[in-house]
Amino acid sequence: MTDTTSNGTMLSADGTPLKVSLARALRRQKIRALMLIAPLLIFVLVTFIVPIASMLFRSVENDIVSNTLPETVQTLAGWDHASGEAPDEAVYEAMYFDMFKAAEAKEHTKLGTRLNYENTGTSSLFRKSGRGLSKIGKTWQKPIESAAKPLKDGETWFAMMSGSGSNAVLEERRVLWQNLTGDPFKGEVGITLSDDMVAMLPKTAAAYADWAIFEALEEEKDISKRDPWEAVYTALGLDLMSQETQAAVASYSGTGAEELRAVIAALDTLPEADFKGAFIDMEDGWADPDVWRTILTYSPAYTSGYFLNAVDMKKSLDGFEARPENQQIYMTLFKRTIWMSIIITTSCILLGYPVAWLLANLPLRSANVLMILVLLPFWTSLLVRTSAWKVLLQDQGVINELLVWLGFVADANRLALMHNQTGTIIAMTHILLPFMILPLYSVMKTIPPTYLRAAKSLGATNWTAFWRVYFPQSVPGIGAGSILVFILAIGYYITPEIVGGTEGIFISNRIAYHISSSLNWGLAAALGSILLAVVLVLYWLYDRIVGIDNVKLGG
Amino acid sequence: MANTASQKAFVEFERVQKSYDGENLVVKDLNLSMPKGEFLTMLGPSGSGKTTCLMMLAGFETATHGEILLDGQPINNIPPHKRGIGMVFQNYALFPHMTVAENLSFPLEVRKFGKSEREAKIKRALDMVQMGAFGGRRPAQLSGGQQQRIALARALVFEPELVLMDEPLGALDKQLREHMQFEITRLAHDLGITTVYVTHDQTEALTMSDRVAVFDDGRIQQLAPPDQLYEEPENSFVAQFIGENNTLEGVVKSLSGDKCEVQLDGGEVIDAKPVNVKAVGDRTRVSIRPERVEINKDRLQPGAHTLKAEVLEFIYMGDIFRTRLRVAGNDEFVVKTRNAPDQVRLTPGTQIEIGWLPSDCRALDA
Amino acid sequence: MKTKSLLMTATALTVAAGAAVADDMTLVSWGGAYQASQTKAYAEPYIANNEGVTITWDESSAEAVAKLRAMNEAGNITWDVVDVVAADALRLCDEGLALELDADEQLAPAPDGTSASDDFGDLLVSDCFIPQIVYSTTFGYRTDMVPEGAGAPDDICDVFDLETYPGKRSLEKRPINNVEWALLCDGVAKDDVYDVLATEEGQERALAKLDTIKDSVIWWSAGADTPQLLADGEVFIGSTYNGRLFSAIEEQKQPIGMMWDAQVFDLDGWIIPAGLSAEREARALDFVYFATDTQRLADQAKYISYGPARASSAPLVGKHADLGIDMAPHMPTDPNNAKNTFLYNYEFWADYRDDIDAKFQAWLAQ
Repeated sequence: MTDTTSNGTMLSADGTPLKVSLARALRRQKIRALMLIAPLLIFVLVTFIVPIASMLFRSVENDIVSNTLPETVQTLAGWDHASGEAPDEAVYEAMYFDMFKAAEAKEHTKLGTRLNYENTGTSSLFRKSGRGLSKIGKTWQKPIESAAKPLKDGETWFAMMSGSGSNAVLEERRVLWQNLTGDPFKGEVGITLSDDMVAMLPKTAAAYADWAIFEALEEEKDISKRDPWEAVYTALGLDLMSQETQAAVASYSGTGAEELRAVIAALDTLPEADFKGAFIDMEDGWADPDVWRTILTYSPAYTSGYFLNAVDMKKSLDGFEARPENQQIYMTLFKRTIWMSIIITTSCILLGYPVAWLLANLPLRSANVLMILVLLPFWTSLLVRTSAWKVLLQDQGVINELLVWLGFVADANRLALMHNQTGTIIAMTHILLPFMILPLYSVMKTIPPTYLRAAKSLGATNWTAFWRVYFPQSVPGIGAGSILVFILAIGYYITPEIVGGTEGIFISNRIAYHISSSLNWGLAAALGSILLAVVLVLYWLYDRIVGIDNVKLGG
Repeated sequence: MANTASQKAFVEFERVQKSYDGENLVVKDLNLSMPKGEFLTMLGPSGSGKTTCLMMLAGFETATHGEILLDGQPINNIPPHKRGIGMVFQNYALFPHMTVAENLSFPLEVRKFGKSEREAKIKRALDMVQMGAFGGRRPAQLSGGQQQRIALARALVFEPELVLMDEPLGALDKQLREHMQFEITRLAHDLGITTVYVTHDQTEALTMSDRVAVFDDGRIQQLAPPDQLYEEPENSFVAQFIGENNTLEGVVKSLSGDKCEVQLDGGEVIDAKPVNVKAVGDRTRVSIRPERVEINKDRLQPGAHTLKAEVLEFIYMGDIFRTRLRVAGNDEFVVKTRNAPDQVRLTPGTQIEIGWLPSDCRALDA
Repeated sequence: MKTKSLLMTATALTVAAGAAVADDMTLVSWGGAYQASQTKAYAEPYIANNEGVTITWDESSAEAVAKLRAMNEAGNITWDVVDVVAADALRLCDEGLALELDADEQLAPAPDGTSASDDFGDLLVSDCFIPQIVYSTTFGYRTDMVPEGAGAPDDICDVFDLETYPGKRSLEKRPINNVEWALLCDGVAKDDVYDVLATEEGQERALAKLDTIKDSVIWWSAGADTPQLLADGEVFIGSTYNGRLFSAIEEQKQPIGMMWDAQVFDLDGWIIPAGLSAEREARALDFVYFATDTQRLADQAKYISYGPARASSAPLVGKHADLGIDMAPHMPTDPNNAKNTFLYNYEFWADYRDDIDAKFQAWLAQ
């Protein structure tokens, strides 16, 4: 029952406007439909969209540099990288404190590994330097402790550093720890840093806060009883070297005033503030401007570096440049992968078409037997199938033995059927053939034999009938099969690895290498993303040329 | 009627047999001869061998034994595409990837016609089936009836002398089918094409054909013009298959010339016209068409035979009444009477007497 | 840094005090004969001593670093003790994925009281790594394919000598070892190899030397490849792990000989993933303490021809458990075999692996 109100809106039986009532009914239906597909939607999201998104993200993500060396990266921004000189003291000082923290949290070697992908030698430079840092610290700690004995004791430090204040420094440093380790670093540190101290000894306060947070939250210790680490002494020494601080200390009367004045009195026993020298002493590599250029190049949180590497380029501070020729490999592999995938797809069409035709046209019983033969390869593992090809194709393999025995080839001139592209093409065509045959078969099954009869009755020879009437109708099957085979082929790596030798390997082999061996996941992700883009472009081209409506996986 | 004995045969089947498995014959000893210009329908239930015959004629099946002649030439060894026979398939078999015009162009292209000639012929063929405006469409964009017309046009466009149609109207609804039946016969007669038409629909067969070959069990049971087939069926299969028919079973009691006496299984003895009985004592089925039975005693013609009957059911069908009776133990005895002002409407349970002329009562094989 | 040892003392105490210790343990190894030797020498006796403990094997050592990194990212580490080569242990330690240990506190001392760190000596190449065996990558050759007139190959440079020893070679599809051998045969003194390799020219020089045999090389990526290629007669000489060659020669009786010159020693051992729960970590430490003591390491050599990593185990190496032959002469460390050896340079390859590998792969693809 509907009524019409004076202004013309339709009302439903209970007086609500018809449109509202309809919308409500439809919404209920939509929600119910959504609930039905929700499990699938979540499944697709979790298993498909999320990994792809995470891969895309990983290929540009680069915050490890700025998270591990936050202050170094800031200081380094002022360096004239074109000068050909290593940066100045301030950068090395920042590096010392950043690296010290990173070494304590065992994060510095990760960064070393990361940067080693870009600049060979960085890995051991970081690993060795991590060990050397405490030595630098000791050169500060010892004279300070002998100048002011109470500073040996963590309780003195705690008393000196705590007081009243906003604790802003502590919170600031907490965020840095979170960035560095990825751990939450939540909870009470157990100290309020005195604002006066923060103002008077800024470096010391920062270093002490770093230590306090790590000690309290990571090691779960009571910081009021523990001795701070070497870097805190280094920071104190640096602070006390400034005239300003000395003046402030002179008028300071709180806890530790006496000790601080004692250290100032003994300043000449402290080492020179020469971190640059200390770093270069420790490892020659630190004098190399290339190391610093690499750090600077990769200091932004996102980088195009992985993608540039993936196309045989190199990111530099002035943009990008081609890699030296003896390192160029990925473009070759991309081209080869696409080219060989096309060959494999073509051979699958040539071999699969007649088989699919037989399947679709033989009497049911023989067709079933043939179908089992087609599907048989699916029942054995990929590795077994590929290894079987090895037995067939190798120099002393079945095919060569047979050819030699028949006298077709000389014993000394056996055909090279594997460890090259031929091997990859043969084995992969075999392995992927069912993916061509099945869609072809399912399309051919829907082409009634009357079309061929009709064509013949209209005067066409067998060939004309096939070519002009049957073949065009099977094209959707060829399209579907080709897309399947091509996309599978482009991502294959086990078979090329086993039978492909050096000429027959695909880009996926390098992706696998970077995932499982070199652990350069960023580069692997960039290569994978490019591969995905290539597939999408080819798909788009296919759509433009053949039309995607023209793809049928089945009736 | 195109059928004249003087014309020489255009299509001939001579003792043709066909077996698929080497054990059973699908077509048994088929002999058929049809003159040029004839419209012949092969009618029969499914599995009766009619489609196999058509396929042998088209060349898609080979005869296991015997000879098929086209215009005097044996064609057993000629491949289908060289036979020059037009064919319309059950589901039209229009090529879905080609437009209507391309479909029609196909037989002309393979025959190497020039472009202009092709276009002229296509236009003529499309106009012929009143589809001139549809040349650019794809088959999927046409209705069933339109597709049917295109299929017809395609089979005719290269001007074959013989056209085969394999249940071409099966997929159409009743009204359209009747319309197309008319159009096909008109075209066939106008163009003077020899047509072999396969169907299992007897109405179609009766309305369209010059002659109908009734198939059953791999044999032609009767080959005759439609009226003869209906009124003078030569055996009980044809009598049953064509139109509605009442049968009474019995034994031949006496047989002399064009008369015989049959003792029905219920004991009654009736006169009948012997058609397919050979000797006294043979079992027989007596066949009487429902419209030839008179239920009004007053209208019985002299010499009519009468029997007692009980009315079981009365169905009002508009133009006619259909009355089901029990006659001589047969509960399915049907009588059709014309709806006339003076016609009686019988109520079930009434005992009446019915009658018919012995000449309408054909004694056939049991 | 000091917290580390404190933490470990704590875990050692929990084991000693019989506190909560996990019963299920997943060990990761390489599969095949090697894993079988570990099962027999370590796992079975360990289970016999510790009732209720179950051990699951996972054959993922080849991808251990990648998988551990993925597990760590996912926050769900399912492995308890992982067998890896020393280079991988180094990387796992660098990445913070493996637990750092104190050898003297957490590993068994030698029977004569020598501390574990002295017993293992230089082989403790990383704080996270507990060495098990010394294996070597060396060459095997077909004894029946040695050309007439030429002696059996006994010099690494015979691999590069296509004139005297024609035929295919199999080398691992990575630069490590191959470039060292190439430089050695290009006249670089053994002590200078890594200095030369650290330079661009040195790397090119190594690849240029490999270029001379490139067309005759089949590149392998699985340890089983070379023994198979040798058995099939596909190659004359090829590099692989010495244990694989031992089983081809002694167990399968293939006509293969060993060429020990310039064999490259490498280490394989255990790591414990970082971030295990206290109970699982305690169990893992307990297992490792048992499995790497002097007797257990010597026992493993009964099943496979790899040298035990402890100095104190060497005198205990006896006969093969099934074949009954003396194992000592088959050990890579046997003085007769170890006349000219290399030790895998972990530091160098940690730095240069990616760089030289890129060049090597580009060279391969040329």
